[in-house]
Amino acid sequence: MKRVRVIPVLGIDRGRLVKTVRFGDPRYIGDPLMAIRIFNDKEVDELLVADIRASKARREPDHVLLKRMAGECFMPIGYIGGVATADQAKRIFDLGIEKVGLCTAFLENPSIVGELAGRYGSQSVMVCIDVARSMIRGQRAVGCSGTRPSRMTPEEAARSAVEEGAGEVLLHSVDREGTFTGYDLELLRSVVRSVAVPVVPLGGAGTVDHLAAAINTGASAVAASSMFVYKRNDVRSILVNYPSKQELERLVANNPGSEVP
Amino acid sequence: MIVIVDYGLGNLASVQNMLHKVGGECIISGDPDVIAEAERLILPGVGFFATGMRNMRERGIVAALDHAVLRQRRPVLGICLGMQLMARHGQEGDALGLAWFDADVVRFDQKRMGAAKVPHMGWSVIAPRYDHPVLPMSDNEERFYFVHTYYAVCERPADVLADCDHGYTFTCVIAKDNIIGVQFHPEKSHRFGMALMQRFIDWIPA
Repeated sequence: MKRVRVIPVLGIDRGRLVKTVRFGDPRYIGDPLMAIRIFNDKEVDELLVADIRASKARREPDHVLLKRMAGECFMPIGYIGGVATADQAKRIFDLGIEKVGLCTAFLENPSIVGELAGRYGSQSVMVCIDVARSMIRGQRAVGCSGTRPSRMTPEEAARSAVEEGAGEVLLHSVDREGTFTGYDLELLRSVVRSVAVPVVPLGGAGTVDHLAAAINTGASAVAASSMFVYKRNDVRSILVNYPSKQELERLVANNPGSEVP
Repeated sequence: MIVIVDYGLGNLASVQNMLHKVGGECIISGDPDVIAEAERLILPGVGFFATGMRNMRERGIVAALDHAVLRQRRPVLGICLGMQLMARHGQEGDALGLAWFDADVVRFDQKRMGAAKVPHMGWSVIAPRYDHPVLPMSDNEERFYFVHTYYAVCERPADVLADCDHGYTFTCVIAKDNIIGVQFHPEKSHRFGMALMQRFIDWIPA
């Protein structure tokens, strides 16, 4: 039986590994290259690297750092942050990174998704939908590191992303990010029902049980950040970690119906 | 020197990173003269079958590869699309391939697959059918990373080196003589891929 992919997300900002809570208070965690080496040793399924401020700051991706990270990374790796054009995406793919995530660029110019999917294949293009709740309008997709709400509901954004050609949807809850309180399963369930492509939740996971709950809810893979950089979810104690093989096998054992790509 | 064949598609840098890691000297080249004279070749690739063949024809790479692989009998490893191009026909864009194998590349048949989704994306265990210097039979689990929508169907069972399962059983490694092709990505498959690349660079076909 195939195991569900469990994907650590590494936040970077100006060459450093950082971790935020609800998209705020970036905290210095350590050296991104050291984290890659540890994740190599732990035989992680797949990695995502997210430049947490590139779009908001209208900054180019950090090619020097990404090249060094990709050069040491012997597992699938994706990148999110500040990619808005086909030329920018090509530079990322040329570094040895096989998946590019579009977030702000998708909200501002949805056709970029199709342009990249047509050139590199849908499997290379992930749309990242950051979701925040506003008091008045409910949950909306937001851009620019969570600072710019769009008019789209998460479901509308996901459908639009898939129509444009996205091969995967990363569903990121701003409100749960860094809180260890579990994924927003209602949101996940609703988006999974809206699209046929794999949906990968991010934001809120603190335990292997949280990962399992998302898989039971229809997630095709699960992503998390805080739980893989803090020791036992204690934010005073940094420790790059990953569930053991036994724990990961438990994810499948508890979820016989979860055979997903 | 190992030549990583550049025909404008695919993740050349990650293949090169992995070769450096296992100590293989390599260059990336799309020059037919360099390819024809290569001691050992890797044919990588991610993308559309018909585009891959068209790019190779336009750049004069097909004749150079035929010379190196069929005449000079240099060891060659095809990865993902690079493996698929070794077949005689690809359904993706309805195009003729290199035809080193009597094989056709077809799309996963969703009707036969149950809940499994296309593309096949993720880690899968493979099952070798016989002992091969690049893929020895082992009691240990051999796990590799896959991302694909199409796979090769061999006419001659002897060309199939390993099977994999995604919804149903499909061929994931093909091999004969000095040629081996893998559907998965060894360059993204941790120690499993590293060991496979190491064995490929050490391989001296009979």
